[in-house]
Amino acid sequence: MKDRVLEVKDFSAGFGDKTVVKNVSMEIYKNRVTSIMGPSGCGKTTFIRCMNRLHELNEQAFHKGEILLDGENIFKKNPIEVRKKIGMVFQRPNPFPTMSIYDNVIAGYTLNGIKLSKEEKDKIVEDSLKKAYLWEEVKDSLHRRGTFLSGGQQQRLCIARALAVKPEIILLDEATSALDPKATAKIEELIVDLKQYVTIVMVTHNISQAARVSDYIAFLYLGELVEYDKADTILTTPKDERTEEYLTGKFS
Amino acid sequence: MDKGVKRILKLTGYLFLILLAGIVITLVYGSAASIRKFGLGFIWGKEWNPVSGHFGALPFIVGTLITSFLALLISFPFSMAISLFLGEYFKKGLIAKIIESATDLLAGIPSVVYGFWGLMVFVPVMRKIEMKFGILPYGVGILTASLILSIMIIPYTSSLVTEVLKLVPSDLKEAAYGLGATRFEVIKKVILPYTKSGILAGLFLALGRALGETMAVTMVIGNRNAIPHSLFAPGNTMASVIANEFTEATENLYLSSLIEIGLLLFVITVIVNYIGNKIIKRYSV
Amino acid sequence: MKWRLIKDKLFKYSVILFAFAVFIPLALILFDLVSKGIGAINLEFFTKLPKPPGEEGGGILNAIAGTFILISLATLMAVPFGIMTGIFIVDFKKSKTAKFASFSVNLLQGIPSIVLGIIAYIWVVLPTGKFSALSGAVALAIMMLPIIIKSTEETLKMIPDYLKEASYSLGAGYTRTLFKVVLPAALPSIASGVLISISRIAGETAPLLFTAFGNPFLNLNALKPVDSMPLVIFKYAMSPYDDWHRIAWGASFVLILFILVMNLLTKFYFSKKRVKL
Ligand SMILES: Nc1ncnc2c1ncn2[C@@H]1O[C@H](COP(=O)(O)OP(=O)(O)OP(=O)(O)O)[C@@H](O)[C@H]1O
Ligand SMILES: [Mg+2]
Repeated sequence: MKDRVLEVKDFSAGFGDKTVVKNVSMEIYKNRVTSIMGPSGCGKTTFIRCMNRLHELNEQAFHKGEILLDGENIFKKNPIEVRKKIGMVFQRPNPFPTMSIYDNVIAGYTLNGIKLSKEEKDKIVEDSLKKAYLWEEVKDSLHRRGTFLSGGQQQRLCIARALAVKPEIILLDEATSALDPKATAKIEELIVDLKQYVTIVMVTHNISQAARVSDYIAFLYLGELVEYDKADTILTTPKDERTEEYLTGKFS
Repeated sequence: MDKGVKRILKLTGYLFLILLAGIVITLVYGSAASIRKFGLGFIWGKEWNPVSGHFGALPFIVGTLITSFLALLISFPFSMAISLFLGEYFKKGLIAKIIESATDLLAGIPSVVYGFWGLMVFVPVMRKIEMKFGILPYGVGILTASLILSIMIIPYTSSLVTEVLKLVPSDLKEAAYGLGATRFEVIKKVILPYTKSGILAGLFLALGRALGETMAVTMVIGNRNAIPHSLFAPGNTMASVIANEFTEATENLYLSSLIEIGLLLFVITVIVNYIGNKIIKRYSV
Repeated sequence: MKWRLIKDKLFKYSVILFAFAVFIPLALILFDLVSKGIGAINLEFFTKLPKPPGEEGGGILNAIAGTFILISLATLMAVPFGIMTGIFIVDFKKSKTAKFASFSVNLLQGIPSIVLGIIAYIWVVLPTGKFSALSGAVALAIMMLPIIIKSTEETLKMIPDYLKEASYSLGAGYTRTLFKVVLPAALPSIASGVLISISRIAGETAPLLFTAFGNPFLNLNALKPVDSMPLVIFKYAMSPYDDWHRIAWGASFVLILFILVMNLLTKFYFSKKRVKL
């Protein structure tokens, strides 16, 4: 049987009196890519932001139910520990503008007050950048600021930054939607390759992207989990009418 | 650690409010002796006589209001012209930069330097003019102070109004141009009606500035503690009488009266600034 | 028909005319400052203490040192307090205190400087029993506060949420996010706010009249009276001696040069240093 890393149990979340994610239950499998799809505003972002407890940074945010990471409820743990284990890459590339590429990669350590030796740091930086397919492009400018990089490179830098703390899961929220097709292709290739190190949960609107990279696809509609299955199954024989309509482009 | 830092920040916030409250309380407390002795009569008392111990603020209130409003009036066409120049006619380019730098420079000159220049250069000129017209040639006086003050507040009004003019939506203007209006007509019929409350706010804030302006005024107003009977007569403002007499005021009631003038000045400027800020707030949403 | 166009032209030219009229006072003032100011300046001007009227020479070392002390002390007090208050206003924006503080900043900025002089007199001069650099610095610091708070507030509001979220998603807490991500990004812009506040108070005279008071001798003790450039200008300007007037022109020139340099520095250096977000 496949390993489950994350188990979502009857989970709901929202803002104020508006419930945005409704009674979702699902399991995320280890070293697999799971895509979350659905029409705009259906709660995808809100849902994955709950997974590393970023959701609760919003003053009006609320949630109900459990999310278990390796069997432990993340809401019973220290959010800082949760976020170290579940990293996130955002829609907009967001390298820290005041830090060099090098410092960006090890930011997960410095921001947590963890002191590392020079060798350790060098190794983490090189490893992470290599895993993120960025090493060759930036190895000569590690000490320049990350902001001069192209959008695609910045996004890979953010992936390297997330990888550097050796998380179990990385969440990607439409990580390629601000990028051009070439940069997107590169990141898709990277995602498939990263499976060997981490579990990936990503939100995407791009059906062909989901087809190219995901093992599993979850379809959300108005906050409800309509369908969740192997990617092939969902893409070829969706069971629910709403999934089918979405896949054939009836709403977007 | 986060809890501690947040607590310290909150504490700083409270401290800031305590500072503000402290300023008000201090002024009231310092004025207590004068308030007790003269009551509301202080405000319309015409006599200011440290020797006999009679203190009334009316001459200074009148002096402050006349100089400030006069300065506002004199500077208005110039400030407005600069604002239209920078906010409408020449938004970019070299001459815009030059005008902008000129007003920045004017804004950067300290009050005391305006006063010094006014005293050395401008007052003699005024004296000559007054002699020509057969008026007592003080040189210094209400009008002289107002003129210097008007130069000082031009950069302030003009930069506020320029910002306001830049907020006019361009489709509004374009619609008028599309109907064949000239620029003058667009300014008169579209821009000014649209911006009038913003301009008013600018005037209020500039007035707040002028009311409290001290050094330049102190140096050229002539420092006479009586209600001025003409624009050429010497006078005193609330700020200038404090500047002039505060260190001389050894006697308790005298000092307290000066502090009460400070309190009145504070209240007036806070009200004027409050109105200005309120208008701006409403305007910018 | 024609008349409309003529009116349009007339208005435009009067706008240009009135706008350019600012050059008249500016040119007059600058001309006098430069022509009379430069003549008064020599090495002695910066290195010697003032001489009694009638005696040739002398300088304003006491005032230059005093100005330096006053500005340093005021900056030391206003910068940490101002930046922290600014952070408070932005990060606790939902709280009533923060909302009220944010609004009061404008009112504080509107308080005439002479009134703040009275405050510093009552708070510092009366309890200590003497005029002092410290009391002057307190008045100046209160004047710097609103400028620093506002620039901190405005800068922090511009820092996008996604940067903070990047930091949180790496497991960082509030404090580290503030110190390692938010403040570094905001620093150049806050620093330029501080420079602006310094150039605003550098020429302040009114609140010093009965706090720092003035002192013809060189004094580096914060608990004793000091002179300052604007105070010297005032005192010498009001004196009847030509020698002293000359020194006042020199001091005015130096003071304006200092303010100008501060302004240019803020404009060019720090606008380049701005962090690209
Ligand atoms: N900060 C917030 N405060 C209140 N409501 C919010 C907030 N953020 C999102 N919402 C609401 O929650 C719902 C779900 O938003 P969410 O961003 O999760 O959708 P999404 O599926 O990610 O959409 P998209 O595909 O456009 O990114 C929307 O109706 C949105 O209006
Ligand atoms: Mg989204």
